[in-house]
Amino acid sequence: MTEHSHDHTEPPSDLVLKVKALESLLVEKGLVDPAALDALIDTYENKVGPRNGAEVVARAWSDPEYRVWLLEDATAAIASMGFVGRQGEHMTAVENTAQVHNLVVCTLCSCYPWTVLGLPPVWYKSAPYRSRAVSDPRGVLAEFGTELADSVEIQVWDSTSEMRYMVVPERPAGTGGWPIDELIPLVSRNAMIGVEKARTPGSSVDP
Amino acid sequence: MNGGHDLGGMHGLGPIAPEAEKDEPVFHGTWEKRVFAMTMATGFLRTWNLDESRHARERQHPADYMRNSYYENWLRGLEMLLVEKGLVTAEELERGAADPSAGASAVVPLQAGDVETTLLKGGPTDMEIDQHPRFHPGDKVRVVNINPTGHTRLPRYARGKQGVVRNHCGAHVFPDRRALGSREGEHLYSVCFSATELWGERLNSDFKVHIDLWEPYLAAE
Repeated sequence: MTEHSHDHTEPPSDLVLKVKALESLLVEKGLVDPAALDALIDTYENKVGPRNGAEVVARAWSDPEYRVWLLEDATAAIASMGFVGRQGEHMTAVENTAQVHNLVVCTLCSCYPWTVLGLPPVWYKSAPYRSRAVSDPRGVLAEFGTELADSVEIQVWDSTSEMRYMVVPERPAGTGGWPIDELIPLVSRNAMIGVEKARTPGSSVDP
Repeated sequence: MNGGHDLGGMHGLGPIAPEAEKDEPVFHGTWEKRVFAMTMATGFLRTWNLDESRHARERQHPADYMRNSYYENWLRGLEMLLVEKGLVTAEELERGAADPSAGASAVVPLQAGDVETTLLKGGPTDMEIDQHPRFHPGDKVRVVNINPTGHTRLPRYARGKQGVVRNHCGAHVFPDRRALGSREGEHLYSVCFSATELWGERLNSDFKVHIDLWEPYLAAE
């Protein structure tokens, strides 16, 4: 990460102290239970994340009937795998093909499908991404190292309502017959936002 | 409102410079975790709703909104709502300690044991309403040119633009009024706009932008 972004520098100590003071005030007032705060953090650090979405995509790649269901009624198709709840109440899945590439943004805040992707990365919430995804998507994709043929049409989805969008990336070549468990690691979080393509076989994969 | 949050189409905000996916933690620092969790937990007190929460962040001075990091904006929004809704006084917030004369809070905080079921339940916004949808897939529509000073989910870059209805998403709670505390449904549509319509003639105009828009944002074309 470059140094220009204040999101990644050490937080000022007065901010850290302010947050600690606020928590102790809210606990003292009986408005929050610290154990509930710990449970909320644990949920999104350890339980709900992009592995969920990767399972959905790998299944859609493997099961034609599920793929059709996902594209027609993503809310139900995703719920059937147990991925339900906060910031995933209403879902739409959009599919990348050789002709179409989808990209998801929230220009007004940071709407993101938590149930399948977890909490959004810093860049997704940043002003540079939010400002340019709707006006210069090819330029945005280039910043992620993603080059598309001129013939590919980009479809951008601005999440202005409570509808949450996830991208079903194209299945990489050379994965015919692969079992779902081996497909899942190819489905990156960034591919499900639409800024990258799915990983190709043999490329380095997250541990 | 035309605030610092309505960023679509702005220039000069610098490179995206994404952190590598494999290296990025869910939170950058403990204070972010606590701000996230306090915002979520107090949200479940039902003293305010999601659009009031968004509107609180949006009401900051645009320079502050854009200078702050993401969770600093959450913190500012939370502080505003706590005071405005009377859960905490400005003096308590300043001192970081409860006023002993303020008395005990009447609300029951979210318990650790209820976190999982509360999150799984979520907060659906779809509603049944009596009115039939005015628009149908394929209809040409034009976005109204409104500039409300309150909360809206109609981004500035779409105002006055012509698009085509892709699909009707059912009726959903209308955010402009939910931010004022009322729960009223309006039909919601996914509307498709050409790059040329939104941004004029340009070199790279081979894309479309889909925006979710409620019926009061749209006029027949």
